[in-house]
Amino acid sequence: MFRNTAAIYLHLVGPLWGKKSGASLTRCLHQTLAMAKRLPARRLDGIDHNPWVEFGKLASEADVVNLGQGFPDFPPPDFAVEAFQHAVSRDFMLNQYTKAFGYPPLTKILASFFGKFLGQVIDPLKNVLVTVGAYGALFTAFQALVDVGDEVIIIEPFFDCYEPMTLMAGGRPVFVSLKPCPTQDGELDSSSNWQLDPTELASKFTSRTKALILNTPNNPLGKVFSRAELELVASLCQQHDVVCITDEVYQWLVYDGYQHISIASLPGMWERTLTVGSAGKTFSVTGWKVGWVLGPDSLLKHLRTVHQNSVYHCPTQGQAAVAQCFEQEQMLFGQPSSYFAQLPQAIQHNRDHMIRSLQSVGLRPVIPQGSYFLITDISDFKSKMPDLPGAADEPYDRRFVKWMIKNKGLVAIPVSVFYSVPHRKLFDHYIRFCFMKDESTLQAMDQKLQMWKDELRP
Amino acid sequence: MFLALGRLCTRGSRAKFLKTIYASKILGLSTSAKMSSKLKNAKRIEGLDKNVWIEFTKLAADPSVVNLGQGLPDISPPNYVKEELSKVAAIDSLNQYTRGFGHPSLVKALSCLYEKFYQNRINPDKEILVTVGAYGSLFNAIQGLIDEGDEVIVIVPFYDCYEPMVRMAGATPVFIPLRAKPVDGKKWSSSDWTLDPEELASKFNSKTKAIILNTPHNPLGKVFTNSELQVIADLCIKYDALCISDEVYEWLVYTGNKHLKIATFPGMWERTVTIGSAGKTFSVTGWKLGWSIGPKHLIKHLQTVQQNTIYTCATPLQEALAQAFWIDIKRMDDPECYFNSLPKELEVKRDRMVRLLESVGLTPIVPDGGYFIIADVSLLVLKGTYTSMINQMCI
Repeated sequence: MFRNTAAIYLHLVGPLWGKKSGASLTRCLHQTLAMAKRLPARRLDGIDHNPWVEFGKLASEADVVNLGQGFPDFPPPDFAVEAFQHAVSRDFMLNQYTKAFGYPPLTKILASFFGKFLGQVIDPLKNVLVTVGAYGALFTAFQALVDVGDEVIIIEPFFDCYEPMTLMAGGRPVFVSLKPCPTQDGELDSSSNWQLDPTELASKFTSRTKALILNTPNNPLGKVFSRAELELVASLCQQHDVVCITDEVYQWLVYDGYQHISIASLPGMWERTLTVGSAGKTFSVTGWKVGWVLGPDSLLKHLRTVHQNSVYHCPTQGQAAVAQCFEQEQMLFGQPSSYFAQLPQAIQHNRDHMIRSLQSVGLRPVIPQGSYFLITDISDFKSKMPDLPGAADEPYDRRFVKWMIKNKGLVAIPVSVFYSVPHRKLFDHYIRFCFMKDESTLQAMDQKLQMWKDELRP
Repeated sequence: MFLALGRLCTRGSRAKFLKTIYASKILGLSTSAKMSSKLKNAKRIEGLDKNVWIEFTKLAADPSVVNLGQGLPDISPPNYVKEELSKVAAIDSLNQYTRGFGHPSLVKALSCLYEKFYQNRINPDKEILVTVGAYGSLFNAIQGLIDEGDEVIVIVPFYDCYEPMVRMAGATPVFIPLRAKPVDGKKWSSSDWTLDPEELASKFNSKTKAIILNTPHNPLGKVFTNSELQVIADLCIKYDALCISDEVYEWLVYTGNKHLKIATFPGMWERTVTIGSAGKTFSVTGWKLGWSIGPKHLIKHLQTVQQNTIYTCATPLQEALAQAFWIDIKRMDDPECYFNSLPKELEVKRDRMVRLLESVGLTPIVPDGGYFIIADVSLLVLKGTYTSMINQMCI
């Protein structure tokens, strides 16, 4: 509160301006210094820094190709745009509050649509909560279930918000890393090659473990967990009576014939799993900020309590539009014209294009099985140019990304951002690219890479 | 019961290993025996599950009742507001993420509007945060600034969420009632309801982190006066406390009253977070957009909460709201400006409702602002009307 002299001055002089104040200046001064209160709540300790703010600024520089943050730079499908236009131009009451836990047509369609995938009868009122994006769903879940001192297992690399959300709930993050198995010479690495060590994973569970957060398809790696891998996680969750929070926002973006499996559909898991989804990633409308959680009433009732004491309602029209989008997709599901079939096909081409292009300058991409992203091994650059500008203990990949933005006009995200602080130095030789981009963006990327390649020639 | 094998990288052996773990689990304890133990709520939400709106919304859903309960308009928002939203629906880029702390054109419009009231520049990036309704701003402010063990003064009656939000932050709400008695021959007004300054001062102590102010007030409709706000300001300064000022009904002030912002009082800008609402400003409660305005050393903590909770608000709605603001900012002195026309429209409705309530023997407290009227039903009880109504309802 007293960060500048003006504030101190006003605090001292303020009371003297009031008609009823009789306090002397000396007494005020004494009171001021003795009573200066700590401003931010303790729950914010250590979570105020955010990498996206820093890299967002760099990405807004002129003449760069932004392959950093994960959002499409092409239009959403026509039916989504039409759904939104319909929502804002029909019943004017859609401009007012809807039901707190979700606009009824949306919770109804989510219940019927996902009921099939999860092999569950899903009640729209008890088993579905609509949230402000999947991000809001994650926050609501952590606040509802994680207590001070609870442990939360986080699989690395992880979408960066899981750690601060755990900390804000007073929880203790416990990290376990996906690690790549060695590849054959000349062969590109794949996200399927990155695996958990079962013994190591089992050792992370203690009597204090409250939850495990799973992300499949994984951001940033693109890994799609196999049934066997999910069964491993499931058995440990059951054995240790742990909640599984599963972030499945990229569930439709799966390539090469891999299949997304929801852990909630495995035996014994529905009653202990919260499945998080995103309209933004499903229909390429990240700006609508509509997400949801599916789960048993015994868990969801606690999320509803958090929800009614934090945002209470989500915007109505976005929900109405998403409901209409799902109604359409439900009719087309399984057909070639379904967006859920067409989108991954189109994006797989983008992925393959990017993989070929990146290789031309000596970057070594890891082929992702799913998601918007791929990571690229920059070890060769690390050995050739180890001393890039940056702070003393700044991980190499952050320095490399800043150098690349400035000198090569390409924006990526350093993968160490997705690792816990103690592990950043171990994984500082990867950077993440987003291929959920328009053809023109990929062509601009190719031009930058061509210039880079030309500079590499002796 | 795990076999202590080293890390295996070939798929075949891995599958066998995993089957062994899974099989041993099935042979072990059944899931249900342990299920109740850990799958329970965090302590922070203990006792906060009840919500009055859930109960009353159910009752209001009966089509034969006239719903004058929940605070949302059943009239259309102004046409130009709906049109702006229609226009933005066609713009591709507005379907993707925008700036987390507030869409640039919206924070610029808010800064331009509110600078007129604050008489100082408001930095759109550092001194404004756009949230999921004013409700979201209250949450961000309380989570960002209130700690376990803090005390927060809440004026009774209060908008119901203040108490559970304070409790969820581990703090203690300290209540102080507004009090009034009707005066014979004079119409009972919300301005008759006041705080006793000595009683208020007695609620402040070294643990007091903040006071939540709501003006115009829900449910009473009270519009706090200059001297009433000065009493609160003096105490905030004396006790080094924050003021969270919920001003969602700031435009809905009726003849003879003026909305005053406590943040404009000497010594108050640096300790006040002022909250506003698009829903109540433009009659679009379903857009769920609100904002917090304050000094950067306070707003930055609300921004930290934002980046760890919802990250960003919906883009198309923010852009439409910005455009709607620009339209009305340009004509603030015009009677057509919604900030002027809506209170005029609602004052007529208020007066009509006051007459209707009086005609059935209820005693309304005429509100100086806001959406709501409180009516005293005591006379019905005295006349026995209430008892016979209850008897009828129970048949």
